[in-house]
Amino acid sequence: MLKIGVPSKGRLMEKTFDWFGARGVAMLRTGGEREYSGAVEGVAGVELVLLSAGEIPRELAAGRVHLGVTGSDLIRDKLADWDRQVADWAALGFGHADLVIAVPTGWIDVDTLDDLDAAAAAFRAAHGRRLRIATKYHRLVREFLTGNGVADYALVDSQGATEGTVKNLTAEVIADITSTGETLRANHLKILSDGLIHPSQATLFASRAADWQVAARPLRALAAKLALPLPPGLPGAAA
Amino acid sequence: MMADPGLSKAAIRAEAERLFAAFLAAGAVSVEADILLPAETLLDLYGEDIRARAYVTADPMAGEMMLRPDFTVPVVQAHMAGGAEPARYAYLGEVFRRQDHLDGRAREYMQVGYEVFDRAAPAADAEVFALFAGLLGDLPLRPATGDIGILMAAVRGLSTTDRRKAALLRHIWRPRRFRALLDRFAGRAAVPPARAALLARLAADTPEALVAAAGPLVGLRSAADIAARAAALIEDAEVPSLAAPEAALLYDLLSLEAPATAALAHLRGIAPLLPAIGPAIETFAARLAALQARGIDTDTLPFEASHGRTTLEYYDGFVFSFLAADPALPPVASGGRYDALTAVLGQGRSIPAVGGILRPGLVARLRGAQC
Repeated sequence: MLKIGVPSKGRLMEKTFDWFGARGVAMLRTGGEREYSGAVEGVAGVELVLLSAGEIPRELAAGRVHLGVTGSDLIRDKLADWDRQVADWAALGFGHADLVIAVPTGWIDVDTLDDLDAAAAAFRAAHGRRLRIATKYHRLVREFLTGNGVADYALVDSQGATEGTVKNLTAEVIADITSTGETLRANHLKILSDGLIHPSQATLFASRAADWQVAARPLRALAAKLALPLPPGLPGAAA
Repeated sequence: MMADPGLSKAAIRAEAERLFAAFLAAGAVSVEADILLPAETLLDLYGEDIRARAYVTADPMAGEMMLRPDFTVPVVQAHMAGGAEPARYAYLGEVFRRQDHLDGRAREYMQVGYEVFDRAAPAADAEVFALFAGLLGDLPLRPATGDIGILMAAVRGLSTTDRRKAALLRHIWRPRRFRALLDRFAGRAAVPPARAALLARLAADTPEALVAAAGPLVGLRSAADIAARAAALIEDAEVPSLAAPEAALLYDLLSLEAPATAALAHLRGIAPLLPAIGPAIETFAARLAALQARGIDTDTLPFEASHGRTTLEYYDGFVFSFLAADPALPPVASGGRYDALTAVLGQGRSIPAVGGILRPGLVARLRGAQC
């Protein structure tokens, strides 16, 4: 049996169902409207597991699901050495969102990461504390800023309404996902010209830790339906 | 995650205690440190990067705490809180390092350390290095030394604005960023297009008018903060590039690698071109004399002016490490001078300080491989 983890609600679930449906793999919810159970038709031996999109990285890393659909941003943020824990099998072409760094539009002196670093140094000197960056993507943001030599900042956790933190004086800068930039503009924020951390989209991932021997046959059948080559480097999957 | 495969914790502790006893015999007083440290102090010193390297936990009352990533901060704090001067301290215990990669290094391991708080700086540098060299003398290790103080003195001595010097000094521990700044200040890299566009926009009106035109200003960074940086940017755009001989000297210094005595001769050769590094070179010379007096052959001792620039950003003078032949192994011992750190933690008071740590797990492993 091959277990595939799919987001349990909302547009991400609907679009995932559409994507598989268009390739002859029908995913459907079963039971009552509020019951999280589902089924897969069109390929034998595939079991649908409905999960929160945020938990799918962890389930893939643990090998409790063989395949999973989630945002490429969540995989990179939640898993250390993500590409050694999961294989990126197929980009699904929806759920596009960019993880970006944004600062107040009134910061006419700040356009690049270089400027951000200099502003952070001056802010610390003037205010006696580090410039706060609100985000829920701690690993991605820290690695990005370290790689670009930005110092004198502090990450503060924000699990939602991140664009409001600057106005609410709990942060000076934000790092968050945006698709159209509307919410950023409405909150008087602008994206740094080199502030794109990761262009995210819904992606089908394969776990490197799952037991592929029990799932080798359904994997081949599914790959044939989806017209995809087998994901490389899955122990036992080729048997 | 075995740090030292094949070695029991008891064997590592026995080695640690042997090294610790040698530090006590050298005149050190034993000092203890908490394992749970307030995160705030470490974050302020090392920046957000420390979160990627230390375990952070939360206490309902005390807030964020970190599992001790090294002993330097608690030992300096203990000394500043009431130690007599001069002082020598030794410590032994576990440190904890978060590993963000699948096959990372040890998550916890023993350290044994020796720290000297003494105003006779070159002599103290030599004391620490010679003590470590003596304890490790029977092992096949390669010593490496450097002196971040020379590089800092060279930056301070450049004929350019204080602002440019401060920018270089701030990034001295981030070699890539430092190099990019230096290339720009030396005129070797063109002004980036984004910066040129920004300067053109800033030239259009006063900063205050530009901020007002950009819509409501949100957040704590004020219009005054923005105007100050805008003025600084405009001013900086007028600053001429570093004079070619000065820039060449700094590039030369960054890549200087030679046996210590030869490095000293080379530095003395270039000192007339950059007189500001004179005192730092004399400190280096005094350290070499003190090392010779302790039996270290400085004609063969390797020296790299950039050594230690990528480790935790508090060393600001002499730095050293002892490395095993296997490049996959972390340094068996490392240390250096951190005068500025004592000033930050001492809230106005400071004392020259130098010290280092040994990893008894690695020492025991190498020693075991020898017999």
